[in-house]
Amino acid sequence: MEIIRILISELPQFAKGTLIALEVLAGLLALGLVLGLAIALAEIFGNTVVKFFATTLRKFLWAIPQLVLLFLVFYLPFDLNPVCAAIIALGLCSSAFQSQIFRGAILSVQSGQIEAAKAMGLSKPKIIFYIVIPQMIRLSIGPWTNEFSSELKDTSLAYVVGVVEIMRQAKYIIAYTFGNTAAVYLFVGVLYFMLTRIGTYFFYKLEERLWVPGFEKRS
Amino acid sequence: MISFFHYAMEILPDMLSGAWITIQLSVVCITVGIIFGMMLGVARVYSSKYIYWIVTGYVEFLRGTPCLLQLFFIYYGLGDMGLLLKPVLAAGIALGINTSVYQAEYFRGAIQSIKPGQMTAARAMGLSKWKAIRYVILPQALRLVIPSSSNEIIYMFKYTSVAFAVGVPELLAQADITGAMNFRYFESYLLAAIIYTIMVFTVAKIMSIIEKKVYVPGLQLMQ
Repeated sequence: MEIIRILISELPQFAKGTLIALEVLAGLLALGLVLGLAIALAEIFGNTVVKFFATTLRKFLWAIPQLVLLFLVFYLPFDLNPVCAAIIALGLCSSAFQSQIFRGAILSVQSGQIEAAKAMGLSKPKIIFYIVIPQMIRLSIGPWTNEFSSELKDTSLAYVVGVVEIMRQAKYIIAYTFGNTAAVYLFVGVLYFMLTRIGTYFFYKLEERLWVPGFEKRS
Repeated sequence: MISFFHYAMEILPDMLSGAWITIQLSVVCITVGIIFGMMLGVARVYSSKYIYWIVTGYVEFLRGTPCLLQLFFIYYGLGDMGLLLKPVLAAGIALGINTSVYQAEYFRGAIQSIKPGQMTAARAMGLSKWKAIRYVILPQALRLVIPSSSNEIIYMFKYTSVAFAVGVPELLAQADITGAMNFRYFESYLLAAIIYTIMVFTVAKIMSIIEKKVYVPGLQLMQ
């Protein structure tokens, strides 16, 4: 089969594309994690003004489509390389979703824990870092896995600003092997499917590993 | 600021015509998504073993691949094999398929959360399996599915912007075109972002009104 030979000979290109996609994914998840956690903490522990700003920011980031934000960041008045633009834009969008995950997880940490910590004389930042966050991380791995797999797929959007990730590599390969469009895209589909599956498997294992008996999410 | 305002007024008619296409496209996709999602969800719970595996494989594979890829497969891939669809039709099919598999998962969750006793009771009353699904299970499942389903609806509304990649003249494409014509990309995209935000907030408001309207106290998905 001609097409299988082509796909095998193009595997290094796909590998390169996959690496770039994973780079974008790692960057955007990290940005989303930090900003999302900040928004969630601000919404729960902040004063009225901080709360208001955090909620407004979250709502706007939630409402703007990823592609629109991607173009907005890409066409900012100063030069940004496409990979950076993709990481910033998709990371900002992701932060809105991640903040919701963390917010739910923080709220389901039992309130008695925080009261007990207060009674022990811990300051507010100490309560957040030593009591709330360690428990929250365990509770949020499950929903966070969903966010991971949806963002893994959304790295394909970086294609539109010219990041040479998997979709762009596929486009190049289609262009210089003349045709085979459907077969190449099908192969890319299998590739994405495998990446999602491997990623989610890893996070399930992590969740199992961090699980503390008796501290599961209360329904 | 003032120059942005003038520019925005100048390109507003084009942008609104794009927004109208976005609305039409999302209405079609969301309707297709809910109908097929419901069918797939029912099939995943109540069908025979072989159909179950086929449907599960289909849903899981499509959930593991990006929407943009599905769109390209249908537009370029099928086009290459001789089935050349119009961009807007290809986008409607691809986005409809994409959202239907997510809706299928929500429907499956809702159907499975209905107590099995309901089905047993309906069967004991002499209803056929399909009648029991149609008159007993689905009316309850539809109420349960609304919160998660409305999330997907809003998500899909935003996601219609990928149709831009195959040349559907929707809002994002209009922003691209007007931006290129006037060489003011950033301002065009800014206006697009504002219009999207207004539309998404409106859709979210409508969905929350619907949620309140069909809410039955005491009946909700167990977390």
